[in-house]
Amino acid sequence: MKIVVCLKQVPDTTEIKIDPVKGTLIREGVPSIINPDDKAGLEAALTMKDKHGAEVIVLSMGPMQAEEALREALAMGADRAILLSDFKFAGADTLATSTALSYALKQLDYDFVITGRQAIDGDTAQVGPELAEFLDLPQITYAAGIDYKGDGVFHVTRKVEDRSYVLKVKAPFVMTVLSDMNKPRYMSVPGIIEAYREKKIDLWTADTIKADPARLGLKGSPTKVKESFAKALKQPGQLYEVDPQEATKIILDKLLEKFVL
Amino acid sequence: MGFEMTKEMIAFQKMLKAFVENEVKPFAQETDEEEKFPVEIAKKMGDLGFYKIVLPKEYGGAGGNYQMYSLAVSEVAKACATSSTVLSAHVSLCMAPIYENGTEEQKRKYLPKLATGEWLGAFGLTEPNAGSDAAGQQTFAVLDGDEWVLNGSKIFITNAGYAHVYIIFAMTNKSLGLKGISAFIVEDGTPGFTIGKKELKMGIRGSSTCELIFENCRIPKDNILGQEGKGFVIAMKTLDGGRVGIASQALGIAQGALEETIKYTKERKQFKKTIASFQNTQFRIADLFTRVEAARLLVEDAAIAKETKRKDLSMRAAMAKLYAAETAMEVTTKCVQMFGGYGYTREYPVERMMRDAKITEIYEGTSEVQRMVIAGSVLR
Amino acid sequence: MEFKDYKDVYIFIEQRDGVLADISLELLGKGREIADKTHSKLIAFLLGSKIKGLTNVLVAGGADEVLFVDDACLEHYITEQYVQAAYHIISSKKPNIILIGATSIGRDLAPRLAARLHTGLTADCTKLEVEEDGSLFSTRPAFGGNLMATIISPDNRPQMSTVRPGVFKKLEQDSKRQGKIEEVKVQFDRNKFKVELVEVKKAEVSKKKIEDAKILVSGGRGVGKDNFPTLSVLAETIGPNTTVSGSRAVVDAKIIDQSRQVGQTGKTVHPDVYFALGISGAIQHVAGMEESEFIIAINKDKFAPIFSVADLGIVGDVNKIVPLLIDAIKDAKAKK
Repeated sequence: MKIVVCLKQVPDTTEIKIDPVKGTLIREGVPSIINPDDKAGLEAALTMKDKHGAEVIVLSMGPMQAEEALREALAMGADRAILLSDFKFAGADTLATSTALSYALKQLDYDFVITGRQAIDGDTAQVGPELAEFLDLPQITYAAGIDYKGDGVFHVTRKVEDRSYVLKVKAPFVMTVLSDMNKPRYMSVPGIIEAYREKKIDLWTADTIKADPARLGLKGSPTKVKESFAKALKQPGQLYEVDPQEATKIILDKLLEKFVL
Repeated sequence: MGFEMTKEMIAFQKMLKAFVENEVKPFAQETDEEEKFPVEIAKKMGDLGFYKIVLPKEYGGAGGNYQMYSLAVSEVAKACATSSTVLSAHVSLCMAPIYENGTEEQKRKYLPKLATGEWLGAFGLTEPNAGSDAAGQQTFAVLDGDEWVLNGSKIFITNAGYAHVYIIFAMTNKSLGLKGISAFIVEDGTPGFTIGKKELKMGIRGSSTCELIFENCRIPKDNILGQEGKGFVIAMKTLDGGRVGIASQALGIAQGALEETIKYTKERKQFKKTIASFQNTQFRIADLFTRVEAARLLVEDAAIAKETKRKDLSMRAAMAKLYAAETAMEVTTKCVQMFGGYGYTREYPVERMMRDAKITEIYEGTSEVQRMVIAGSVLR
Repeated sequence: MEFKDYKDVYIFIEQRDGVLADISLELLGKGREIADKTHSKLIAFLLGSKIKGLTNVLVAGGADEVLFVDDACLEHYITEQYVQAAYHIISSKKPNIILIGATSIGRDLAPRLAARLHTGLTADCTKLEVEEDGSLFSTRPAFGGNLMATIISPDNRPQMSTVRPGVFKKLEQDSKRQGKIEEVKVQFDRNKFKVELVEVKKAEVSKKKIEDAKILVSGGRGVGKDNFPTLSVLAETIGPNTTVSGSRAVVDAKIIDQSRQVGQTGKTVHPDVYFALGISGAIQHVAGMEESEFIIAINKDKFAPIFSVADLGIVGDVNKIVPLLIDAIKDAKAKK
């Protein structure tokens, strides 16, 4: 079995703060991490590898620093890593990103492709389905579980708001997973040592993947960011530090005042 | 002394921090309060290869280095000193002497299983009458046919009861004094070997510290570790390495307490200001941080000395342990003070850290012994 | 690309088991406004099996026209079946704007459809503005809710956006409204149906959806598992339009179901009153509840970030205050 996991290096958005004076994001000192949904995807692939044997290839499009995310994936147990990096990819929206990834995947052999449901910086959840369309493969999004049934057939559990579906699909296909699908393993000590001393990362450019430059990067992106702004913080209300009886009275008065009761 | 971290080391630290935050820290308080040996944490450390760090690949190791090992002990100690004691005793006091002194057969038999954590290790040198003066050994071993017969007892043995492999020191020829001591490998379950009383301690309360009792305990002749009569040398060399571990642990305790305190002083308000905004707090934090960083440099230096097999390892390890242990004690005491009344309660971890810090000034050679070692080197 | 060939506002109507999703009616409400401003028609397109009966509600909810595809293969939502049907309509009708609910169905369908149409798509929007020439400005949160970005699609049509449920208001049903209802027949390429439904497992029906509640009693780590049932008592005491929700921490701890999670990775809610009980107020949580009309927070830690969004903040032990509050509300109600 061969599994390709697409992953993205993202700023840890839980660490981002807003400059209270300028109203802008403070990005300095924010650590870069593997996008949580993608990391769950990697874990799903590694679990498959542990159970049924598989070659796990991680693929990331991003700047050269994304190498760190790929090394981490190798240290967790991935077998091969490919970094797709070229200034021609810069400024890509989801359509141009999935286009580039689809060209890269056309250079590879695989049984199925896993991506995270969405990245925590963009929060779009669009790259997986768009990638599936460009590869002309069936897609299963919001996956919360996968079982191999033999003969290239998989049962994937798709978990949505009020129900879950068990779907049967035959490889090849694209699956996007939720971060609560599993608990990703840690890098291991031997894994880290191998990832940094022995394994290497393949660097692919737009030429390597034989992509049509008109469909890449800013040029290939139908959507543009017109403007962006940090979300304004609300003014603080009243704060009371009183005993429980007094607190109860304050809350009750407020509820009565608002005709809630 | 350039200590810029390699990318590998940065990744390793990232992994350690995530592991400690999620798998160690949440259990530190109950480990202490319930005096519970951290079985799960020990297993997880094994699964992730913490015990393999310095061991070469041929014996199932990862082929890393002592700087990584030292970092692992420190990071674990930041949250839970008990767990770092398990790690340090296992690796430095059991795996290291087997790797450094064992026969090829012994290495093949013990190291792979110790490396995964399937077996835990321990080290038995101290006796009721032989603490800092190791020459007072009263446990003795006599060769009887194909077996050594051990009699006597050991006290204060870390990991006792949970370990499978014990490195035990015993007199094989009393008339030779220090040169009559030999080292042995004793496995759990050997008839005549029992675990005695468990100590109730001030700190590292989850760590198992027990007496070992040998009553006509017969072990195969081949279980002698190193040459007969070389036990004392093996013990001292093992402790030189062990001190790198304890120095790392002490450093971690100090770092952990200081991190908690820095966070607290930025949140806690008194007189309508965070206490971090008072110059008194600032100066104190500056002093403590400087002291911790000085300790860190000494610890890293000792780890490198162990890695590169420097001849003056004894002295460097002793300096690192002495300074880091005293730093841990000073830093934790002052951190409790900065927390005020809350610091004295179990709502915050600093009181535990203060209790945990104390042992680092005592075990694997007291601070007085470290001063003897250092002075012995300097005044030679 | 001739922009003048693309006109009208199309709303994808989502249904499950023949029940319309609220978001679809919310989108008809917003879509009506956009269609009026751009002097174009509002068209609802509905896909499913045996769903003709739903079409009147769509007209009454604001649609000028309803297009529907009724086929057994559309009984359950499966990507390829739905994309083929939607693509058939969109490629022949050429809308200017397509709005789709940002639900698990919409967010699966929309990107696949956008890629097939080779057009742009903006995800999970919370604000939509349109200019008279038909240009759409879609504003959406990114970076974990820290940043708002306004996205345009200057060179491509149709302009597509998925829209977060609960943001826009439905119109009052107006049964007097007239509209055209038309069935569309689709020739499906069934060779492309590669995903097969094995089983549907419905999650346990929760008492009340948290998005619909007027008052939410939301608990966090500070409440503790043992005390959580007290929150249900508080909710019941306050009244029927009140229910319990929680932060990610209590969902992770399996104290409440994921469907009751408020925040970035859960639901966005804007009740009239939101009780944040023992919730510290991480930005991810705040992102899902800060639009609430009135926020009451109780937390032991006076520096908890929740107090910066609370209208009324109480520093104290939630587990002491809540039982007292339950009694006080009962008393107050008895007096009435």
